[in-house]
Amino acid sequence: MFSKLLQGFFKHIDSFLISCLLFTMLVGLFVLYSASGHSFERVTSQLINIAVALVVMWLVANIQPQQLESIAVPAYILGVVLLIAVTLFGDVSHGARRWLNLGITKIQPSEMMRIAMPMMLAWFFAKRETSPRMTDFAIAALLLLIPVALIVKQPDLGTALLISASGFFVLFLAGLSWKFLLGGAVSIGAMMPFLWSMLHDYQRRRIEILIDPTQDPLGAGYHTIQATIALGSGGVTGKGWLNGTQAQLDFLPERTTDFIFAVFGEEFGMIGNLMLLLLFSLLIARGLVIAAQARSTFTRLLAGSITLTFFTYGFVNMGMVSGILPVVGVPLPFISYGGTSMVTLCLSFGILMSIQTHKKLVASG
Amino acid sequence: MKSRRELKNYQNEQHNFKLRLAVLGLLVLIAFSALTIRFYFLQIKRYDYYQTLAENNRISIVPITPNRGLISDRNGVVLAHNFFVYTLEITPSKVEDLDTTIAEIAKLVEISTVDMKRFNKQKDESHNFESIPLRTHLNEVEAAKFAVNRYRFPGVELKSRLFRHYPLGKLGSHMVGYIGRINDKDIENLDEADLLSNYKGSDHIGKSGIEQSYESVLHGTTGFQQVEIDADGRAVRVLSSQPPTSGNNLILSVDSKLQEIAETAFGEHRGALVAIKPSTGEVLAFVSMPTFDPNLFVDGIDFDNWNALNNSLDKPLINRPLRGIYPPGSTFKPFSALAGLEAGVRKPPFSIYDNGYFTLPNSTHRYRDWKPGGHGNVDMRRAITISCDTFFYGLAMELGIVRLTNFVRHFGFGQKSGVDISGEIAGLLPTPEWKMRRYKQPWYMGETVIAGIGQGYTLVTPMQLAQATAILANKGVAMRPRLVSAITNAKTGATSLTKPIVNEKIPLDEKNLEIVKLGMIDVTLPGGTAASVGINAGYSIAAKTGTAQVVGIKQNEKYNAKLIDERHRDHALFIAYAPAEEPKIALAVIVENGGHGGSAAGPIARKVMDYYLLGKLPAVEVPAESTIVTKPNEHAPVAPIKPIVNAPEEEHFD
Repeated sequence: MFSKLLQGFFKHIDSFLISCLLFTMLVGLFVLYSASGHSFERVTSQLINIAVALVVMWLVANIQPQQLESIAVPAYILGVVLLIAVTLFGDVSHGARRWLNLGITKIQPSEMMRIAMPMMLAWFFAKRETSPRMTDFAIAALLLLIPVALIVKQPDLGTALLISASGFFVLFLAGLSWKFLLGGAVSIGAMMPFLWSMLHDYQRRRIEILIDPTQDPLGAGYHTIQATIALGSGGVTGKGWLNGTQAQLDFLPERTTDFIFAVFGEEFGMIGNLMLLLLFSLLIARGLVIAAQARSTFTRLLAGSITLTFFTYGFVNMGMVSGILPVVGVPLPFISYGGTSMVTLCLSFGILMSIQTHKKLVASG
Repeated sequence: MKSRRELKNYQNEQHNFKLRLAVLGLLVLIAFSALTIRFYFLQIKRYDYYQTLAENNRISIVPITPNRGLISDRNGVVLAHNFFVYTLEITPSKVEDLDTTIAEIAKLVEISTVDMKRFNKQKDESHNFESIPLRTHLNEVEAAKFAVNRYRFPGVELKSRLFRHYPLGKLGSHMVGYIGRINDKDIENLDEADLLSNYKGSDHIGKSGIEQSYESVLHGTTGFQQVEIDADGRAVRVLSSQPPTSGNNLILSVDSKLQEIAETAFGEHRGALVAIKPSTGEVLAFVSMPTFDPNLFVDGIDFDNWNALNNSLDKPLINRPLRGIYPPGSTFKPFSALAGLEAGVRKPPFSIYDNGYFTLPNSTHRYRDWKPGGHGNVDMRRAITISCDTFFYGLAMELGIVRLTNFVRHFGFGQKSGVDISGEIAGLLPTPEWKMRRYKQPWYMGETVIAGIGQGYTLVTPMQLAQATAILANKGVAMRPRLVSAITNAKTGATSLTKPIVNEKIPLDEKNLEIVKLGMIDVTLPGGTAASVGINAGYSIAAKTGTAQVVGIKQNEKYNAKLIDERHRDHALFIAYAPAEEPKIALAVIVENGGHGGSAAGPIARKVMDYYLLGKLPAVEVPAESTIVTKPNEHAPVAPIKPIVNAPEEEHFD
């Protein structure tokens, strides 16, 4: 009786995904404890973030994909309206205007867009009766560019990048022609020298620093230099949990948030890094399977985009910490400290589970 | 009919989708492989290198602070420079018992109570991980003594730092300004401007005057060294470095000798003087009395000195030329006169018969002239010379407040001059709309009448008054006033002059200008209100005196300077330009509670002009006041005004 109840309760939870997720989160808590200088307070606060995120995931997993499809447009419109509101009346913190003060609570509409964007585009392509044509892609690109432009203006490059990626994945999976992709890549490449010549010196300098942070060792480059030392000195097996000298001795900035991977890599070494890559690969693989098995255009595109966006998160973060990608503010999924990204991520995995577990209904209905 | 578009082929679509999914899967694989290769490179191939950096030695980025640019006057006299001093600094978070540590240090080097007070004040104001100076200016012996005992004091460091020094001390301190320690607010501003990384290693930032407004020019670019440090945090080896670029040097248009003469001339009086070269807008002297010693602020000012400066009734910290606001009084009359002439309301040979007062039509209220009984026949030129109130009451009434303010606004009244020091106040040029907004009351004709003689709501800063005079001297061509005349690039040594900027060219009739000028020249000739100022000058001076009330005088009351508290006495104002035919200097002087403009402010102006035009130094002993001194009492019976000596907040004036 009880087990049946339990089974019903977890009916819409994908056991493979949840196992990998919980394991990753657990690893994250251990790293956070080390990175925060043995702060139980931080760990407890992160535990609360996880609890909230898991509840959100359960709720979303129990929603039918059709219902998700029906709220795609309102969610997108609301997101854009809130983003405009942010540019007009948003609170400025650390030089960026990202938060909207609603009196009771502050919200960050760009986070909402991370989910609303792929939903909107998936809805858009699902509604096409015919195979999508160039004009459809043009409209989709416009739908993508409006919120991205608003977020770039805040400025929040990291989020803008991730949302662009999530939108691009939908476009790609919906069948954006190879010729166009190739043509686009070539023309952007050809435009580069021209665009470069149009920039002011200080703008060029900022881009140069973004690409090669070591040019500004007192500013942006400091993070990268210290992070590569942390990673490199970890070696094959790592220095062991709580033993990372770079991390423990205050050399690493933002070591509980965007740069937590440096702490992980220093303490668990190459083996740890590969394990984490494996864990991420399993999550991605499962997501791709769910996408491949999905029955409707909407769920298919949405599942594919969510999975690849998750990949982008992880890759961009690890790439930036290890010094092969520019430093943009992107947290390491499920490991970095922070409630917002935890909830957003779990919400997207909730959608994956919903798509996977409501398949029969979709098939029969 | 067949649709031109093909309907979706679901079989086909799914196939395509899976193909594309596979492509993306491959992308994931490639990306993760790239990461793996990177991990291999960092963690296996270069493991030894990073291991060494992280374990035995630690890498540190040490900023190298650039030398701050120098400030000198037009003749090369240095007003602000840097020199190296030894300082003893403590990082509170690294010290276990602060009191004991300081007591132990005091056995080696002298720590005065002033040092302690300053240290405690700074400790309260900064974070405990910041390094705070305990003693500055250690001599060689003291430095050596501490260096030997260094091992006993973790968290205490002997540093060799560049210190800012203002060799002329109190002279022109409001103009040069000072630097001070960077506080949280500064950090926020720097962060917003994206300049924070350039201030790693900088402890100081311009806080006022030129030091503040030219911060970006003076600071320079911070260099850095990538060094290996040992467990004690000492640099062992330099891995790479980039030298800093020194800040650029500034050359001011001010003549420090002129400045000194002007400041000395004020004696014990409070007040301000601004002298401008009319043809270029270069500021020649910028006086705010009393002054203060900016060197007090560089090390961080101690409580006693701060309280003394901040609580002084004389308000020495206020930048009077830019932030002191005063009613212009009769110095406003030349501008009213020109407004009347340009509008055609007064045309020579127009004259009035002044019997000592003016009344508005249908009113019995008497707007009195400062001279009981009046001046008799007065034309425009004479009205300026003898400062006839009655003449200007009528002029203002016929001109109306709107035409009056619209005209004089071109001379900079009611707006910032745009001088290159920040913090300037716009003053106030009242209009009916302003009064409605501010007091919710209509404008009264009587207020127009007194506005004609610079009374009522009108408020000016000394800078504005000097600027208006310079524009008058320059025949309507308004040059933007500026203090910095050239910038020398510290790296190349190349000096670039700052370009004079024409704010506006006011179209004025040459004949009208001539009338005003003649009236103003007569002011310093026998019979004028400042006849004493012009005696034996050797050049012609166009001037106007003024008096601004501090307390309102009732309709039937008489002003008696002797019976009034010194601080309630009138402010003395004086504007002038010389030589009148070809003006080289224009100035405005305000002596707070100085009484009459001609006798209190005029002599200061004369000394400044004598030196600037003739190179003549003022006599050490001031000769007794000459015989022909008219001491007119220029009071207009006015509607209640609240003259504000030292501006509180700008918003106050709307």
